[in-house]
Amino acid sequence: MDIIVCVKHVPETAEAELKIDATGKGIEKTGLVFDINEWDDYALEEAVRIKEKFGGTVTAITVGPEDSDNTLRKCLARGADKAIRVTDSKFAGSDAYATAKILYSVIRNMHFDLILTGAQAGDDGSAVVGPVLAEFLGVPHATMVKKIVLDGDKAIVNRELEGGFEERLEVKLPALFTVQTGINEPRYVSIMGIRKAMQKEIKVMRLADIGLSENDVGETGSWLVIEKLYLPPVEKQTEFLKGSPDEIAAKVIEILKSRGLI
Amino acid sequence: MAEIFVLAEHRQGALRDITFEMLTKAREIAEKTNANLTAVLLGKNVKEHAKTLAEYAKNVLLIEDSRLENFNSDVYHKVLSHLIRQRKPVLTIIGHTSYGVELAPRLAAALNIPLATDCIDFDFEGERFTVTRQIYGGKVNAKVVLRKSESYMVTLRQAAFQAKKPPMPLNGQIEEIQPPLIEEVTAKRFLEYVPPPPGGVDITAASVLVGIGRGVKDQSNIPIVEELAKSLGGVLACSRPVVDKGWLPNDRQVGTSGKIVKPKLYIALGISGAFQHVLGMKNSDLIIAVNKDPKAPIFSFSDYGIVEDLFKIVPALKNKINELKAQKVT
Ligand SMILES: Cc1cc2nc3c(=O)[nH]c(=O)nc-3n(C[C@H](O)[C@H](O)[C@H](O)COP(=O)(O)OP(=O)(O)OC[C@H]3O[C@@H](n4cnc5c(N)ncnc54)[C@H](O)[C@@H]3O)c2cc1C
Repeated sequence: MDIIVCVKHVPETAEAELKIDATGKGIEKTGLVFDINEWDDYALEEAVRIKEKFGGTVTAITVGPEDSDNTLRKCLARGADKAIRVTDSKFAGSDAYATAKILYSVIRNMHFDLILTGAQAGDDGSAVVGPVLAEFLGVPHATMVKKIVLDGDKAIVNRELEGGFEERLEVKLPALFTVQTGINEPRYVSIMGIRKAMQKEIKVMRLADIGLSENDVGETGSWLVIEKLYLPPVEKQTEFLKGSPDEIAAKVIEILKSRGLI
Repeated sequence: MAEIFVLAEHRQGALRDITFEMLTKAREIAEKTNANLTAVLLGKNVKEHAKTLAEYAKNVLLIEDSRLENFNSDVYHKVLSHLIRQRKPVLTIIGHTSYGVELAPRLAAALNIPLATDCIDFDFEGERFTVTRQIYGGKVNAKVVLRKSESYMVTLRQAAFQAKKPPMPLNGQIEEIQPPLIEEVTAKRFLEYVPPPPGGVDITAASVLVGIGRGVKDQSNIPIVEELAKSLGGVLACSRPVVDKGWLPNDRQVGTSGKIVKPKLYIALGISGAFQHVLGMKNSDLIIAVNKDPKAPIFSFSDYGIVEDLFKIVPALKNKINELKAQKVT
């Protein structure tokens, strides 16, 4: 099984205060911690598990700036065999569609039985790269996959539906699956693993190496262009309870009492 | 006349809420742009749905075929790409659901139609088509312009719009079309539905829920929050990462891929408020959220907000409840 995993280096924003930058079209990145996209983490783990069971190779690919090497090193430490970073200043402003094109232009020259991506990226939440890449490559796909059972030249996968339901599909290989969180438990990386990974080569490719033109990428090659970012308006006027934890707790109790909840 | 397509979504015999939400938004745009609103219904034995949709749309395109019995994005893709090529709608609206996520990107790429996913709003602004999306887990809104095109596609976030019936049923024309399916689709086959495993605790029946998120940090902290839930006569519920990490079973998960709950009280502890979670709990009677981050999206859905470490609030609350109980006894 030769498996390609597409990964993205994204800022962790759940606990961070975000500021819109001077252009109004991005967020200020300084001070943010970047790591592998949560969904990709599960995709990588799944790929490594399949390799451990059936043999073959795992190649991690990212489209992103040089910092993305940290995410690729993590992939190598976790058991990926090879890593490719596709980087070019011309890529700035590329949306998920343009990113899928870039990935396609690299992957079309590679052998693979399976491509895994995250179901979505935590930053832009598009959920577009995987299926569009599958369309370009002309291979079948399934999204939000929570279980993969390989059976010869096909895979039986469980896709997540709403309300705790899943559906089972049979998909012919080679195929592309986008992976939903919870499919497995991503392993921790040992210090040894990280050290070893530091020595492994990361192959870097640029626009000129992948056979695309400038117009295929960046804003011109994209479906979407951000016009402006702004903080979401509040839906419900929250009353903030202030004071020491004790004082706050007392206020909560009053509220619960007044509603007959205690 | 320009045409707007809405792809009706249904599963196991029922039209899904998102269908009516899309039709409501589509009606607004159709009126504004003087376009024809067309519901597209694919399936097998779905004539009843067509009648329902006719109350909401000027046209209903009905395509029935045994190969459309269960959703398979490959089959949908074949039918829809044919229809879109033929009728060239200015806009196609699909739900940002498990079905839409599977279908729309590939369909848009095949047709070379610009697509924006997970939109909370969209509009024609003169020559431009713009959408609003949320990024960074709901912390920032982005206004986005789509590349100029004769035809656009969006997937609409669930519950972004409230479904409203038209003031008068539209009595739409139902137009039945032969399925443009020549060869069998074989690369991907639907096998079966897998219902959630029968659970131990029914969080939808509880009147008090203490919902915990990634902010609880570690499995070893579960007993601390569980005690609070018990002292309030409620049970623990949670966001998705808590289930993904195996700290609680999946029947405790609140949200689109979990359970929709409507308790009398929902206390959200260390939950950021991603829409998939919020959708599951925002109709609770009373919502109190505790989060260290004053900008956490959960606060725009709560009645009361507490910006503080949950591990300071939880013990303080428990003390107060214990005091109260002691008073009652004496
Ligand atoms: C198709 C799909 C379906 C999904 N379905 C669901 C679903 O059904 N339910 C669901 O919940 N999610 C679902 N998700 C995931 C969802 O997008 C979010 O990733 C998830 O809800 C985030 O969970 P969280 O708020 O617990 O974690 P995070 O977003 O990581 O937030 C943790 C929060 O805790 C706060 N915090 C940290 N420490 C403390 C402390 N000591 N005291 C107080 N606050 C603290 C932080 O400030 C932060 O706001 C789905 C995603 C997809 C793509």
